[in-house]
Amino acid sequence: MSKSVFSSPSLAKHPGLDEWVSVGADGRISIHSGKVDIGQRISTALAMIAAEELDVPLDRIDMVRTATGEAPDEGITSGSNSMMESGSAVRLATATARRHMLALAAEQLGVDADTLEVDDGLIQSRDTNRSVTYEEIQGDKPFGVDVDPDVDVKDPETHKIVGEKIAPLGLSEIVTGSYRFLHDMKLPGMLHARVVRPPHYNARLKGMNDETADRLRQSGIDIVQDGSFIAVVGANEYAVIQAAERLFAACDWDTSGALSENDVFESLTANPRESRPVENDGVPQDKPVPPLADPPENASATLETRYDKPYHAHASMGPSASCAIWQEDGLQLWSHSQGVYFLRDAVAEAFDIDPETVRIEHIPGAGCYGHNGADDVAFDAALVARALPGKPVLLKWTREEEHAWAPYATATSMKLRASLDADGKVIDWNHESYGDTFNMRPRSGPNMAGAARLLSGRFRENPPPEFVPQPAMVRHMGIHRNLDPLYVFPNKRLVKNLVRDLPLRTSALRTLGAFGNVFAIESFMDELAEAAGIDPVTFRLNHLEDTRGREVLEAVAARMDFNADDGIGRGIAFAQYKNLKAYAAVGVELEVNDAAEVILKRAVLAGDAGEIVDRDGTAAQYDGGFLQAASWTISEQVTWDRDGITSRDWETYPILGFDNVPEIETILIERPGVPFLGAGEAVSGPAGAAIANAIYNATGLRLRRIPFTPDAIRAAAMDA
Amino acid sequence: MDSLTLTINGEARDINCDPATPLLYVLRNDLDLTGAKLGCGLEQCGACAVLVDGEATLCCNRPAGEFAGKEIVTIEALENDAVGAAVQRAFIAEGAAQCGYCTAGLVIAATSLLKANAAPDRDAIVAGLEEHLCRCGSHGRVIAAIGRAAKEIGNV
Repeated sequence: MSKSVFSSPSLAKHPGLDEWVSVGADGRISIHSGKVDIGQRISTALAMIAAEELDVPLDRIDMVRTATGEAPDEGITSGSNSMMESGSAVRLATATARRHMLALAAEQLGVDADTLEVDDGLIQSRDTNRSVTYEEIQGDKPFGVDVDPDVDVKDPETHKIVGEKIAPLGLSEIVTGSYRFLHDMKLPGMLHARVVRPPHYNARLKGMNDETADRLRQSGIDIVQDGSFIAVVGANEYAVIQAAERLFAACDWDTSGALSENDVFESLTANPRESRPVENDGVPQDKPVPPLADPPENASATLETRYDKPYHAHASMGPSASCAIWQEDGLQLWSHSQGVYFLRDAVAEAFDIDPETVRIEHIPGAGCYGHNGADDVAFDAALVARALPGKPVLLKWTREEEHAWAPYATATSMKLRASLDADGKVIDWNHESYGDTFNMRPRSGPNMAGAARLLSGRFRENPPPEFVPQPAMVRHMGIHRNLDPLYVFPNKRLVKNLVRDLPLRTSALRTLGAFGNVFAIESFMDELAEAAGIDPVTFRLNHLEDTRGREVLEAVAARMDFNADDGIGRGIAFAQYKNLKAYAAVGVELEVNDAAEVILKRAVLAGDAGEIVDRDGTAAQYDGGFLQAASWTISEQVTWDRDGITSRDWETYPILGFDNVPEIETILIERPGVPFLGAGEAVSGPAGAAIANAIYNATGLRLRRIPFTPDAIRAAAMDA
Repeated sequence: MDSLTLTINGEARDINCDPATPLLYVLRNDLDLTGAKLGCGLEQCGACAVLVDGEATLCCNRPAGEFAGKEIVTIEALENDAVGAAVQRAFIAEGAAQCGYCTAGLVIAATSLLKANAAPDRDAIVAGLEEHLCRCGSHGRVIAAIGRAAKEIGNV
């Protein structure tokens, strides 16, 4: 056993051991967590931790579905926080549970607890041959004690399950089609529903052709309407889909509030904005932004440039879905939201009902990568169910809705300026980021702040007051996530700008502002390295004191041959997510072909996420995160015109296909016994910059605006 | 209500439905075969693929009536197929899914590919996945899984 270095903020709110662990009379162990599966395999990691501490095989662990009022409230499954928060809590809880059961066993067997060993839940004394099982001691009984935050945990050298490569929970069901997604729910008497959306955000219903509506009703379709929120409901899903199309055509919309067609990259720096200086490793300050000073007198070179990234969509493979029943005693919802407690409170706020009368159970949906349509569709389902009390309603969004109505990651601009001295050291550093909010999850608060952020709320007859986002002031949150570089630079001036009056609905997408900021910083580092006449790896190491950061960077550099003369472009980039979470260095090899397409050949990823629990799951977060970020970087941008969103499907919003997949080598640094850092978002920012740097290496073209489509590359070549 | 007879997973099934209903809805709602997924309804993503006479076919947008007289095999019955079962084992071994929403379609596509070409090279594997999308970034693992399945089948 060893002294724990693991701690969890979740235990402050949920200190009771029974809130985390229970032992059944059959000997099965149930683990309760507030973090949910969204494809990142958190359940697998938590089950591995529990099995390890309790000395039981993995298949004796049951991961209990997260539901409000039952699971610990651990906020949102986001921010790469789940391993630190829930992983640490489960480790401490199961270690406490083991110690508690061993103490009871020692008493019962009349031996010293130190002489006891556990194998598959069988507690045996080394000194006698007497034994007792977990279930004999604890089956169906409450522990009645708190989790001990100082409990001894297993020495990592003795780990048998943690750190191994195992098949993730649920994968055998996934490959055989028996895994139940929310979309697959079927309840007795269940109805299907679809929303009839207006043409765009600002459009409102003027009128509806009554004849069409009547004909639909005669055919067994219910129409639910609350202001400009309209839904159709019926027993046959396909008939409901057709009814939604018919009713849309029968609606007359006031579309006078057209979407702005101004160049968003001009708007980002021209529109009104709330500006805050960022200091003390990423914390915005409530004070005026200091003016930009002239470069220092000893500057031998000063570079100034700007990087842009467009609006990106979550673009989940499955359109969001939710199931709801409105009953006399309350509302039951099934949702794939990342934050069932937040959603519960926001829905209760919208209907002005007691949150305790709303129960939301998490059922997996398609990967969301942040605040996609999951919360909005749950509210849609609730709106429909309220009109049809007692009837279960499964409401699914369409492909168009997921692409055109879910929140986006805001377009951002990053303006950077830095000076070098004669030795090639950075002597001043300015970085201003501009963007809309990333913070529109339905978190309840004054003025109906939760209800106001649920999409359909604004279309109801009596909409909640509009929610006006304020600059997030938490460390490394939103626009300023990874704005402060990990490098040691003197004279830093960092500014976040929350820009007003931008056209599209935005919220959290994997990494929030970090993707744009790291893309900018790590592209700029290569530009500075070239100006200094120093190779990009050495230039970074010259400014990086963090030893774990240096280790991942060096691990990638050792596997990249930057001097090869083979027509392949090579680029490297690095970051530590939030300067606090997992480290990632990325090396990319690519070609730009005659059609100006970026062809990815090879990627080398080095990660340090603290102690590795689920080895393959951790690697999957790195290699999957790389491919998703490569897709953002090469292919993706949301498009719109005055009449609404024009990127409404996979043809108008193309993502990376199987035809552009590089060979990926993922190296995980071993850190047994070191706190979990969470791996889900580490690689994204470096991925974008490494691709930009490799394109420069291949072509001499410095691309500063994502996405790097053939059009963008040809335009850059024309300008060169 | 019209009725329709389809051969699904080796069994003739009489279904009361409008034959214009896309096959995917019939499988999922009338037969409770929910493995195939609705991803787009536009034949753009591949999540709805099933085997039709042994070949991967998207069924989110094609009327069920068009499939009369054909052999439809869904992911639920793939364990009974030597190639399909090998693909499933290989996907597990390679950890070739994250959220798993696109996976059934990919397993079907891989099975179809390996039935037509027992030893595909990487280009042939990629070509076999042309109609499929994945958002979590499991692409490399999927390609590796199909290579692994091909090897396993070849060794038998």
